[in-house]
Amino acid sequence: MTHPSDPGPAPVLALKDISKSFGAVRALRDVSMELYPGEVHALAGENGAGKSTLIKTLAGVHRPDAGQVLLDGAPVVFHGPGDARDAGIAVIYQEPTLFPDLSIAENIFMGRQPRRALGRIDHKATHSATAALMRRLGVELDPDRPARGLSIADQQIVEIAKALSFDARVLIMDEPTAALTGSEVARLFGVVRTLREQGAAVLFISHRLEEIFQICRQVTTLRDGAWIASEPLEGMTEDDLVRRMVGRDLDELYPKQDVEAGEVALSVRRLTREGVFTDVSFEVRHGEIVGLAGLVGAGRTEVARAVFGIDRWDAGEVEVDGTLLTNGAPSTAMAAGLALVPEDRRAQGLVMDMSIERNIGLTGLRTTVRAGLMDRGAERSRSLDWAVRLQVKYARIADTVNTLSGGNQQKVVLAKWLATGPRVLIVDEPTRGIDVGTKAEVHRLLSELAADGVAVLMISSDLPEILGMADRVLVMHEGRLAAEIPRSEATEETVMAAATGRAAA
Amino acid sequence: MADSSLARAIRGASLKRWDSAVGVLLVVVLLLSFGFVDGFGNGLNLSFLIGNTLPIALVALPMTLLVVSGEIDLSVASTAGLSGAVMGALWNQGMTIEVIIPICLLLGVVCGLINGLLVTRLGLPSLAVTIGTMAAYRGIAQIVLGSDAVTDFPTQYLDFAAGRIGDTFVPYALLPFLVLLAIAVVVLHATPFGRSLFAIGASEEAARFAGLRVKRQKLILFAVTGLTASLTGIFWALHYASARYDNATGLELSVIAAVLLGGIDFDGGKGTLGGAIAGVFLLGALQNVMSLQDVSAQSQIVVTGILLVLSVLGPRVARQVSLARAARAAG
Ligand SMILES: Nc1ncnc2c1ncn2[C@@H]1O[C@H](COP(=O)(O)OP(=O)(O)OP(=O)(O)O)[C@@H](O)[C@H]1O
Ligand SMILES: [Mg+2]
Repeated sequence: MTHPSDPGPAPVLALKDISKSFGAVRALRDVSMELYPGEVHALAGENGAGKSTLIKTLAGVHRPDAGQVLLDGAPVVFHGPGDARDAGIAVIYQEPTLFPDLSIAENIFMGRQPRRALGRIDHKATHSATAALMRRLGVELDPDRPARGLSIADQQIVEIAKALSFDARVLIMDEPTAALTGSEVARLFGVVRTLREQGAAVLFISHRLEEIFQICRQVTTLRDGAWIASEPLEGMTEDDLVRRMVGRDLDELYPKQDVEAGEVALSVRRLTREGVFTDVSFEVRHGEIVGLAGLVGAGRTEVARAVFGIDRWDAGEVEVDGTLLTNGAPSTAMAAGLALVPEDRRAQGLVMDMSIERNIGLTGLRTTVRAGLMDRGAERSRSLDWAVRLQVKYARIADTVNTLSGGNQQKVVLAKWLATGPRVLIVDEPTRGIDVGTKAEVHRLLSELAADGVAVLMISSDLPEILGMADRVLVMHEGRLAAEIPRSEATEETVMAAATGRAAA
Repeated sequence: MADSSLARAIRGASLKRWDSAVGVLLVVVLLLSFGFVDGFGNGLNLSFLIGNTLPIALVALPMTLLVVSGEIDLSVASTAGLSGAVMGALWNQGMTIEVIIPICLLLGVVCGLINGLLVTRLGLPSLAVTIGTMAAYRGIAQIVLGSDAVTDFPTQYLDFAAGRIGDTFVPYALLPFLVLLAIAVVVLHATPFGRSLFAIGASEEAARFAGLRVKRQKLILFAVTGLTASLTGIFWALHYASARYDNATGLELSVIAAVLLGGIDFDGGKGTLGGAIAGVFLLGALQNVMSLQDVSAQSQIVVTGILLVLSVLGPRVARQVSLARAARAAG
């Protein structure tokens, strides 16, 4: 654990032999690591490896069962997130926690606004302090605009600005890029570099390995809660890192099988939802994986929602295996063989307070029934079966899904929908927050489903994933289908050109 | 936020403890009352206790399901009153009771459907909608019957609603209630419908994305609540042999207090019917003891209100305490 490239400075923050268990789950075992000023440090590991737990320990959310947290070399005990914040440690969690009705400035200076005489809040000072923070980050956001309606990327910037306003010396980011597009990631990395140059220590988690190589200098790898290595990234390859994380060589990341496309399974004709998307027509055949690419906000998710019946459409029609779907009725879409794995697993994919078993069971309420009553045995075996097939890591199937790591929650959502045996499967960002090993697993699964004749429509902001998995790529731009590109012609350039409106469709 | 999983786990555990705690509390209160309250244990009083608690218990059945699904209906007492008033008015018109009862039940369904449609079609919060219809239904009841009291219903009906089985203290009406209770338990805890109510209450959006017919299920619940409320209104008028427009005033307060006392989470998604019924009879026993001690009706309402506040606070305080304890154990 020496630090060859950085002989001078001492670590700002260090963990020494930290262990943490949740009941029988040993989330961290004797983990040590050091964070240096002016350094971006990656934390890598599979879903459930203990990354978020480690961060929460650093941030004073969890108290370690054993081991020490050292701040500037001296042991400290954080009694809560407030203690860690006062010590200059800021954490950006994956789900931003802003108050939607307050302005950006109010969110940043929540509870400690500059005051004028008689304790009145000094709005002007708050505004200009916020503007100064934004300038420091090199970002243009209006301090007075309410947090409601900000993109996740902008919300994260606000969280970072808030951290800066506390003079954070250590900035910890848990999968900040999971929901961002390419250009948003670039902006975030710009901000991170600025902070690094100003001497902050940054701890960065991502399942996108190329990002780790792009922005970080050091990497610490965890596997099943155990420390595997802390080392410079220079000289390492992605495969080296994957081997550290997984403990073996990885299977092919995009195991796409060639499948002869069959009959038309999903047919969307001239679908329009006013102000959201216009005149969208496409088909997906049995056995095909069709990628739906585009920038965030291009209307991809909205089309998927309308097709499945979550939102109503204003014009057009949708047909699944020859059955016209009813406008705005997910239950009839399901009955016709359609499944939608939604983009936001915490709000849309899962009932967070319910068990794994019952979450998967929710899509089977019509089938796991005997004489009108729930067939608990059938429900349990259906849920267990799919949880095992997707290798969900859990202690007990009756545990609530909010005790699972992010990636394992995503697997439960997939399990819930694959269990319906869909003939048409729409997946919206299916591998968001999923580790490489599982990603390959999900891709293999999608490929096998297609080989079994399922028609797959895959929305993804991960371009390599689209290019690696899709037989055809549909590209949306500003609410319209801008291009349809066959696999043979799909490249980053052609897809991006269409997504940004530069190509003639 | 960050600690929510832990907090939720503890919350789940404390709710479970909460509804069994209410069961235990009920037994303790009953034992103490048998031991120390004069006149509590005699057959006549026990039959009063049950008879007076039955309206609360009846309405608590659909109310439990409604609160689990994240909604509430404050108009139940007014629906009961309206149903009794219409029954009285039609009886005065000379209709036979066998015709009147189905009409009243249908009216209850209509009242429930109006609530349900306002909530599901217009997306209004049920708290606001049913405060409105609470006033409206009661007003209609007054228009229908004025300040009359109709008392001359056929004796066999009055006898059934107020009578007891043989020499026991058990009212006849307890038997059909037990059947309805069994049905409600099965529906909430053993059918796909009940299962989906928990999902809807815990996260309506996730329930919609799972293909559950959220609006339709809520509409059905409101209709059933209206139906049960009007059944309760009929029972009330016969049990007390008096149909007046202000019958069952304040019943909604007792029902909601009892249901929350029984550990049904006001935010939806959590609770058991067993807990709710324990809450109902706990409240019923307390009200009975207060009557025996000559506590005025007004003071009883005060006590009910305090219980309501406590039952909303109780699980939360319990959760805070166990959180603090867990934090201390972890440190
Ligand atoms: N509050 C909790 N209660 C019970 N178990 C927990 C809790 N928090 C985490 N765990 C368990 O600890 C282990 C590590 O979880 P953690 O969230 O740290 O993983 P992670 O590395 O962040 O994974 P991901 O990449 O999927 O986000 C998992 O097995 C998880 O189920
Ligand atoms: Mg995590």
